[in-house]
Amino acid sequence: MRKIVIGWIFIGSLGVFILPWYMINDGFFSFSWLFEYELENYGPSIFFALSEKKWLLPLVGPLIFPIILLFFKSSRRTYSNIFLISGILGFVYFFLQGYAIGIRGWNYQIFETLFGEVDRQFGIGIGAVLTISTFIFYLTHGLASRGWLNGDNFIVGSIWVVIILVSIFVFIPILNMFVRAFIGSEGIHTLASFSDRFINKGLWGLDCVFSNVNCGVVWNTLTMGILTAFSSTFLGLGFALLIARTNFKFKKLFKVLSVLPIITPPFVIGLAIIILFGRSGAVSTFLEWGFEVERSRWIYGLSGIWFAQTLAFTPITFLVLIGVIESISPSMEEASQTLRASKWQVFKTVTFPLIRPGLANAFLLGFIESLADFGNPLVLGGDYNVLSTEIFFAVVGAQYDESKAAVLAIILLSMVLIAFYVQNQWLGKKSYVSITGKGDSGFYAELPKSVKNFIYFVVVPWGLLTLIIYLMIMFGGFVEMWGVDHNFTLKHYINAFSVTFDEKIGLHWTGTAWNSFSNTFWVAVLAAPPTAAFGILTAYLLTRHNFMGKRAFEFGTMLSFAIPGTIIGISYIFTFNTPPIEITGTGIILIIAFVFRNMPVGVRAGIASMNQLDPHLDEASATLNASSYQTFKNIILPLLKPAIIASLVFSFVRAMTAISAVIFLVSARYDLATSYILGRLENNDYGLAIVYSSALIVVMLITIVVIQLIVGRRKLGRRDQYVDLMQGNSG
Amino acid sequence: MNKLKKIFFVFSLLFLASYAVPTYAKGNLTVYCSVEIEVCEILIQGFKKETGIDVAMTRKSSGETFAQMKAEATNPKGDVWYGGTGDPHLTAASVGLTEKYKSKHFNDLLTAAQNQAKFSDYKSVGIYVGALGYGYNTNLLKEKGLPVPKSWADLTNPVYKGEIQMANPNSSGTAYTTLATIIQILGDDKGWDFMKALHKNINQYTKSGSAPIKAAAKGETTIGIVFQHDATKQKKSGLPIAVVSPTEGTGFEVGSMSIIKGARNMKEAKIFADWALSPAAQTLVFSSGISLQVPANTKAKGDPDAPVLSKIKLISYDFEKYGNKDTRSKLLRKWDKDVSNLPK
Repeated sequence: MRKIVIGWIFIGSLGVFILPWYMINDGFFSFSWLFEYELENYGPSIFFALSEKKWLLPLVGPLIFPIILLFFKSSRRTYSNIFLISGILGFVYFFLQGYAIGIRGWNYQIFETLFGEVDRQFGIGIGAVLTISTFIFYLTHGLASRGWLNGDNFIVGSIWVVIILVSIFVFIPILNMFVRAFIGSEGIHTLASFSDRFINKGLWGLDCVFSNVNCGVVWNTLTMGILTAFSSTFLGLGFALLIARTNFKFKKLFKVLSVLPIITPPFVIGLAIIILFGRSGAVSTFLEWGFEVERSRWIYGLSGIWFAQTLAFTPITFLVLIGVIESISPSMEEASQTLRASKWQVFKTVTFPLIRPGLANAFLLGFIESLADFGNPLVLGGDYNVLSTEIFFAVVGAQYDESKAAVLAIILLSMVLIAFYVQNQWLGKKSYVSITGKGDSGFYAELPKSVKNFIYFVVVPWGLLTLIIYLMIMFGGFVEMWGVDHNFTLKHYINAFSVTFDEKIGLHWTGTAWNSFSNTFWVAVLAAPPTAAFGILTAYLLTRHNFMGKRAFEFGTMLSFAIPGTIIGISYIFTFNTPPIEITGTGIILIIAFVFRNMPVGVRAGIASMNQLDPHLDEASATLNASSYQTFKNIILPLLKPAIIASLVFSFVRAMTAISAVIFLVSARYDLATSYILGRLENNDYGLAIVYSSALIVVMLITIVVIQLIVGRRKLGRRDQYVDLMQGNSG
Repeated sequence: MNKLKKIFFVFSLLFLASYAVPTYAKGNLTVYCSVEIEVCEILIQGFKKETGIDVAMTRKSSGETFAQMKAEATNPKGDVWYGGTGDPHLTAASVGLTEKYKSKHFNDLLTAAQNQAKFSDYKSVGIYVGALGYGYNTNLLKEKGLPVPKSWADLTNPVYKGEIQMANPNSSGTAYTTLATIIQILGDDKGWDFMKALHKNINQYTKSGSAPIKAAAKGETTIGIVFQHDATKQKKSGLPIAVVSPTEGTGFEVGSMSIIKGARNMKEAKIFADWALSPAAQTLVFSSGISLQVPANTKAKGDPDAPVLSKIKLISYDFEKYGNKDTRSKLLRKWDKDVSNLPK
């Protein structure tokens, strides 16, 4: 314990006495300051504190105060009190000074009249980050030595770190956005104007029930969310059963097919659907030619959105469900078979109930994804308006009405909150444990015939449809103009990804796509590991430990997922454009945005898998004197490999294909693939957009395979093992 | 496998380091560009060549740029906002997001471009002008045996039921210009009657302003109400589109440029603003073959395929009145209440 404490005091001192306190111009992690060292620019906080930034001085006190514990013996109580007090003082003061004094001196007039003028300060740098980390350690160490959560440093520390990070990067930006929306430039909005925005026909109207006028946006959104969640969960389950429980010949092909849509950049699926089913699309043309069905615009509206979203989100539900299905121990099914249950009874009373946590989580994810989706309603929505597009255009459209956006976002959030509550109710307090650590062997029961038939008749055609759409997309990259001029050409590939060899400079990346392509790739690679780590850790804390405000905490981690990307993007600019945390225009802000936006998937996948792990496993480990960290690392993590892979893959893929959240966060140097694609699509440059998308798809597939190689497979009992492409776990 | 993990970890750290570098730096102009990406690139390359000043350019639509500038107001990161329809530039000027500057090329500019500067108290200036109109898919029109539309009034003919697309004025500046144009041509009462009659023929109100003509080009709708240069561009890329300049006369947009208040590189920003309005730069951009608007500088050469302003009957569009925030929200609310709710 002493060693850890000394280590942290050392880290904190490094921050105050040696490393640059403020953000340096060439970047947070850059080391060029070592070579051109100047105190004015790269000084540690102690330098500033002793010159013109005196307010930094009080930070030193709480930082070095705990040192006295190394020299004097103290009771447990004093020990924890000293850490607690130092931690809280340091933590609070750190943020107080950070937010009170900004880029132009005092941020609030009242302080200036109280204390007089002060010097300005910039965004925090590496020194400040180390110091604040030390304060957080003091705080959690103090709480742990007080006996919180069995005095477990690791648990208390993790909980606080997660809470603090989620607060900084989720709560504060969102709160900031809402506050600004309601206290607009014209002063505080009256309650009347709020209720006017909240209660109106455009939102809640029910006219579509008895006439052909559109219903309110809220009902539209709800209908879309429920339909999509239902159909994608249904199909996801079908795919998962097909792959985990049948002897279908083309399993591998279907496995790839089932996940292809999530690795497709937005808008491309929508475009493919228009070219297939639109008024001038291939299918419509065929129907007119063959059956004299008049061409229509049926695809624009709910039907089109539902279709595209089901296609896009089935892979997500599939990823959640397959992890759960493969974790079910065959012993229970065997037991029920021994008791002479029919195949159908086994499925209905054993298998299906054990899948419930997976179903519930899949449904919730499908619902939230559908609500937050912006690309498909934009391309295929027609006059069917939903909240996500309304919010986007309230911010960037001709109205510039952030208050309206905020009101709509609150409605959207409430819908998610309700879905979350319903999901919890449905799951109830039942036990879904099936990985107990006891020996299990045997084979899964065969699926009942009706279920098998369903899978073959529904899932297989759906898979084929996906295949056709993807062939169409790939085809689009090789023709002059997709949907118009189908002469073969390679010009799009050359335009986007050409490489020339020059004798002077060697390889020269001349294609227009290279810059954003490599940016996107590295941002996604960097964002994936922290997203998964953070998500799984949070899931572990939520399922295995009880602490105050756990439900609120759980919901908080879901927030960033449910809030439309546009709102996240704008709120990040509001919050992180000025000191203390000034990261707009850097690549870091993209990574952070992705980590906190995609973390919920890690949490959900983690929780679903963790519900299946018998807590006795943890207890056994604890009985053998393992610390909670050791238990987490050696017992839980290896058993969670499917969940880890799911969240790694998902966060990587989402970072490669996200659009609405990053529109405001990309900068000239850090442009991303999706904004490039969107620009090309706006220009009718389908060829280039498709070529780019195909390249992204290939890179994502390769990366997914590499992720599996790195994480490795989970070995469970003596069940037959097979290598599989997307999950990398045993079946 | 452990080795793989370690290599991966080291790589990540290295790249993380390179990603923490902020884009904005001193002596390095940051331009928010709201015209098409190719046009932005031509513009930036030309400027670099001419002045040697390094430019970081971000392309975003005008609505997105405006929202971003508003969010960044306390600590601006951009220097110049180039392009995009005039209204958001006027709004930005009225809420104090942009800097006053009168270019030395001011006297050479079209009246409309000069007016943009006058209305905004010189916090913005016009860089190009584009007239409103509509385009139709020639193949579809022939196939359905529909008459060739020539005027605004033709669009309310019931034969076009379900064949016309326009953007939603709530989300698109183009569509708002259309609404304001109609009201200015026909007057208040008749203008709204027109919008209601048009509503019956509309198959979809798109979100983005240029979407209708793209849908027409793909054959998803027959007629799309857009700016003429957007329609001309489709035609130029070989698609079956014909451009119509309505006989009653039509409104127009003044694409604008503003210097951002509190810009980190004010000196370079002003150099850029002067350069962008110079005949050379304007000719460079507007005769490149991809930007079909009319250049604001009368000494510059435009594209031969661009709509010729002298041949188009332009109305005297009242930007001061219809660019005003209150007029705008009044019109939009009325449109929401009286037009978009009607059954088709």
